[in-house]
Amino acid sequence: GMSRYNTNLQQVANNTWNKIDKINTELFTLTYGAIVVQLLKDFDSVDDVNNQLEKMGYNIGLRLIDEFLARSGLGRCRDLRETAEVIAKVGFKMFLGFAGTVLKMNAKKGSFHLVLEDNPLIDFVELPAQYKDTLIYNNILCGVIRGALEMVQMKVKCTVKKCPLKGHDVTQIKVVLIEHLTSEIPVGDEF
Amino acid sequence: CCSPVMTTTQRQRFVAESCFDYLNLVMADTIFETSERSEVAISKMELLGFRVGQKLIEKYTLDKLRFGEKIDIIKFICREFWTTLFQKQVDSLRTNRKGVYVLSDNKFHWITSLSAENAAKTKQLAEKYLVFPCGLIKGALDVLGVPCSVKAEITTVPQCTFTITLKPGQ
Repeated sequence: GMSRYNTNLQQVANNTWNKIDKINTELFTLTYGAIVVQLLKDFDSVDDVNNQLEKMGYNIGLRLIDEFLARSGLGRCRDLRETAEVIAKVGFKMFLGFAGTVLKMNAKKGSFHLVLEDNPLIDFVELPAQYKDTLIYNNILCGVIRGALEMVQMKVKCTVKKCPLKGHDVTQIKVVLIEHLTSEIPVGDEF
Repeated sequence: CCSPVMTTTQRQRFVAESCFDYLNLVMADTIFETSERSEVAISKMELLGFRVGQKLIEKYTLDKLRFGEKIDIIKFICREFWTTLFQKQVDSLRTNRKGVYVLSDNKFHWITSLSAENAAKTKQLAEKYLVFPCGLIKGALDVLGVPCSVKAEITTVPQCTFTITLKPGQ
C-alpha cells in the first residue's frame, strides 16, 4: 500500500543522496542571495524580480529533470499523488538534502502542497522590511518544479504559500495541474 | 610557516553539487540577457562573484597572522579555498615573483559540462561562465588584504588558468 511505497521512495532518496556529489550549502545560498540583490537593483518592480527568479528556476528545471530521472531510476508516475510524493520525498532530498512532505492532496482538483521544514536556500537570509510582503524569495523553486514537470508532459502552476522569511514555520508551495501536454518538446527558454 | 586552518563557525550543511552548477549556468544567462551590453553583464557578474567571495572568506575563522608572505595567502587560495569551492586543489601555481600568479586547473568543474559546436565557441561560452569565479577569487583576496585583478582563460576545455595580478604597491 501507500506506506510501503513511501518507504521505498525514502530508500531511493537516501541512496541517491548518499551517492551524489555534494558541496557546502554556503556557496549556493550566498550566490543565490547575491543574484536576488542584483535583480532587485536591475528591475524597477519586485514583480519583475519574482518573474525572473521563476524563469531562472524554469530553465534549471528543464535540465534538472534528466539528472533526476537518471539518478533515481524512477519510471513514469501513475497519478498526480505519486508525482507529488516523488517530488517531495526524492526530488527535494536528492538536491537539497532534505525530503519534504505532501499536504492537501486533491486529485479531483489536481492540486497538492509541498512542505519543506528545512530549506537550505534561505539559510541565514533576512529580507529587508521593504521587500517582506512583495519579494517571493523561493520563486526559483516554483520555476524548477514547473520546468521539470513540463518535461514530463505536465503543465503546472506553482505558488509559494508559506515562507519562513515571512514569519511562517515552513516553506510551502502549492502545485496545480493545469493540463497534460502532448509529446511536443517545449520551446525552452522563454523571455 | 604553518598553513592556516579553515574552520567554519557554522554547522556544515550540504546540497547536491549540481544545484550550484545549474544556478551558475542560469545566473550567467540571465545577467547577460538582461544587460544592455556584454561589458555591463561582465562587470555585474564579477561584482556578484566578488561579494560572494568576500562573504565566503568572512564565514571562516582564519588566523590571518599565520600568513607569513603573500605567497602563503595565494597558496591558501590554491588549496583550502579551491577545495571548499571545487572539491580539489589547483593543479599548478606559477609566479613571476613580481606580483603575478597563474593558477591552472586541469579540470575546472564548472566548465566540464559545457559543450559547443566548435572549440572557438566553447572558449567564448566558457569565458562568459568564468567571470563569476574570477570575482570569487578577487573578493576572497580582498578580504585577506591582497587587492588584485583576476582574469581567466580557457586553454582547452576543461582546463583553464586564472591569472592574479596584485595591485601595485603590494
